[in-house]
Amino acid sequence: MIQLDINGKSVSYDGDPGMPLLWFLRDVAGLTGTKYGCGMALCGACTVHLDGAPIRSCVTPVAAAAGKKVTTIEGVHADKVGHAVQAAWQKLDVVQCGYCQSGQIMSAAALLRSNRKPSDTDIDAAMSGNVCRCATYVRIRAAIHQAAATLATA
Amino acid sequence: MDHIIVNESRRRFLQGAGGLALGIYLGDAFADSAPAVGGEAAAAAFEPNAFLRIGADNSVTVIAKHLEMGQGTYTGLATLVADELDADWSQVKVEAAPADVTRYKNLFMGIQGTGGSTAMANSHEQMRMAGAAARAMLVAAAAQEWKVPADGIVVSKGVLHHASSGRKASFGQLAGSAARQPVPQDVKLKDPQHFTLIGKPAVPRKDSVAKTDGSAVFTQDVRLPGMLVAVVLHPQRFGALPKSVDASKAKAVADVVEVVQFAGNGHYFSGVAVLAKNTWAARNGRDALAVEWDESKAFKLGSAEIMAQYREAAKQPGLIARKDGDVEAALAKPARLIEAEYELPYLAHAAMEPLNCVVELGDGSCRLWNGEQIHTADQGAVAALLGITPDKVSITQVYAGGSFGRRANPHADYVLEAVSIAKAARDKGIKAPVKMVWLREEDTRAGYYRPAFFHRARLALDDHGALVAWHHRIVGQSIAKGTPFEQFMMKDGIDDASVEGLNDMKYAVPNLQVELSTPDNVAVPVQWWRSVGNTHTAFVKETLVDEAAVTAGKDPLAYRRALLAGAPRELGVLELAAAKAGWGKPLKPGQAGEKRGRGIAVHSSFHSYVAQVAEVTVKADGSFKVDRVVCAVDCGLPINPDVIVAQMQGGIGYGLSAALHGAITLEGGVVQQSNFHDYVPLRIEEMPAVEVHIVPSAEKPTGVGEPGTPLIAPALVNAIAAATGKRIRTLPIGGQLGA
Repeated sequence: MIQLDINGKSVSYDGDPGMPLLWFLRDVAGLTGTKYGCGMALCGACTVHLDGAPIRSCVTPVAAAAGKKVTTIEGVHADKVGHAVQAAWQKLDVVQCGYCQSGQIMSAAALLRSNRKPSDTDIDAAMSGNVCRCATYVRIRAAIHQAAATLATA
Repeated sequence: MDHIIVNESRRRFLQGAGGLALGIYLGDAFADSAPAVGGEAAAAAFEPNAFLRIGADNSVTVIAKHLEMGQGTYTGLATLVADELDADWSQVKVEAAPADVTRYKNLFMGIQGTGGSTAMANSHEQMRMAGAAARAMLVAAAAQEWKVPADGIVVSKGVLHHASSGRKASFGQLAGSAARQPVPQDVKLKDPQHFTLIGKPAVPRKDSVAKTDGSAVFTQDVRLPGMLVAVVLHPQRFGALPKSVDASKAKAVADVVEVVQFAGNGHYFSGVAVLAKNTWAARNGRDALAVEWDESKAFKLGSAEIMAQYREAAKQPGLIARKDGDVEAALAKPARLIEAEYELPYLAHAAMEPLNCVVELGDGSCRLWNGEQIHTADQGAVAALLGITPDKVSITQVYAGGSFGRRANPHADYVLEAVSIAKAARDKGIKAPVKMVWLREEDTRAGYYRPAFFHRARLALDDHGALVAWHHRIVGQSIAKGTPFEQFMMKDGIDDASVEGLNDMKYAVPNLQVELSTPDNVAVPVQWWRSVGNTHTAFVKETLVDEAAVTAGKDPLAYRRALLAGAPRELGVLELAAAKAGWGKPLKPGQAGEKRGRGIAVHSSFHSYVAQVAEVTVKADGSFKVDRVVCAVDCGLPINPDVIVAQMQGGIGYGLSAALHGAITLEGGVVQQSNFHDYVPLRIEEMPAVEVHIVPSAEKPTGVGEPGTPLIAPALVNAIAAATGKRIRTLPIGGQLGA
């Protein structure tokens, strides 16, 4: 039996401990905001926070999340950084198809938690693992700057 | 609600809504946070037509006949309706239309479907009429209730107001009585000067919130009671068949429920699917399958052999797609001759959401949940497979996580595969709905690529450098041949999608001949890819014209300007992009050892006009970066300027991804790529700064989803030539500059 904390809720699981956290979140817990894109940590669509750090849930066994705090796109608004990132994404209409954006937002929130005033180079480095086939990259950069500005005045 | 006039379309709608209430399985721990599919629609107090519903709760629901796959159609359709209705943008919601060609056909296609950058172009008047008719009925209802003349009633931001009597009411308050008004036979559309939403900058996308909080539902997110997930095993080679299947190990995997074989029809694979209670178990089961394949009829050529064959074919005359003047006479004694050959690879669409489809089979019926791009064709194909009539195939359209053309497959390939799997499962007694999921590897390898092409061109310049002759041969597979679209897209053996952009070029060349050869022995599955034929023709045309300009010793902008004297809209975007980019002013030099260059390209596609100027920095080691792209677009009346900007930014990124990295290659018929490590996508550090300038226009609106894509490759290659003198004729660019 594995005990997990997902977005502040306690969840227990007694299935395959090797199941990637991605599929546990989506298929077992019903949290479908976290997306499958590649299954090999190549695209970042599955990014969630594990104790605040961004991880690729498609290559992280659910057992590795035991006893740790998992934050997904559905719970990221509870944190002021996450909230600021979502607000900036909405203000600048970053999304197109939207499929990668949960992962983009989770990576951006993790960046801003450790670096409150990232440069374009910092952003490129932190966001390089998140692919967007619609190429919303111009607005992703702008939205991260926007969220940083919001947080600086908050 | 007994006062509502229930008309036929409303009854049909309510039947559909009953189906939507089928519901969704909610994980126990997260019942409050899991997204719902559809959900019970708010009671409609007023449904004046197929595109609009106004609730007693003051909600305005626009029914979208087109798929939202990122291109902003939901926002665009809602903008058109809401502006004429004078609704408040915040009260407007968008809901997907059901599959019903009688009400929701694409007026340009005659079937229900999204593609060819036609969503706004085919529907702008229809959507505006829908809003205007509803507005007239609301006004008539208010006039009747308030006993005032209709022409004294003002509508603004969802509120009707009669100044002299001081009466006011919301849409919701008047919805019931509006429903009793006769539908106007003739409505007047607004004068554009009175637009409140169309053309305005601050009209937020309707899908932004759901796509930033995880609640947007894509096919991948659909969960139904008892639903099983199917992960598939395809053969390595197109056309191979399963010879023997040992499913014993697969069935031993926990949570695997069944293993089924499915038979393709030549347009989709024959293969094996593992059905399980979750995706991980299905995948593990799939990996445990032991299958022997019969490859006797499989396609076994590699990319190199295909391209070698095309090169040979280009030495022979093809079918003539355009013939002006006499190219051979003009090419006989040119002052300057340019001869060039181009190799362009297969490209995968590689949308972020790998292909998938949810199927529920009933007795004599089928229900699909899908990022549905081509309802009528899919309905017909599924109906034929199941031996039922198309009206028995219902479709719930959900968001598509990208498509770039792929979800509008003329053969309904992945939809038929999903239905075949559900049917095979049903034959084994499984009645549960099935979600077929292709993993990234299947999505990359299963085909339906932009065809590979070979081009051979000869251009003659006269003593003054003027372009006097252009002889062009194209060799590549047809995307229309053998599909239901052949009758519309092919004429006299020529697939328009193979030659568009070249045979209809606007450059005034007195002697111009375009020929096409279409191989009949290459069985790689191909289809349209964002901007279709323009993906290769714009590249070749715009790099060749650039080369002609340079050969003539002329400025590439001035050279094009002279050739486009009769093409005012091409000229318009060309001049705008050039001016905004500072064409003619020297580029700021790079650092020591760096070379910088600027390249320009202009092209029209889907009745929209785009020009782009790219700036590139090439380092001494041959690595390079596109620093900046300036884009001008003329798409007629701009409906949502910010969506237009987004589509140009995204189209440039999508085209740049292909130009830098994109190639699907085959060895012995086996696709060599499988995931994002070898089918490499553009990443954020490679994305240039993009400036977009929209030409003000009162012309009919045209599309923006595709026309931004084809220009970045030629603009970049022209910039590289300007920086280094090297002409790139094979895509992707990859390491051709040495890095």
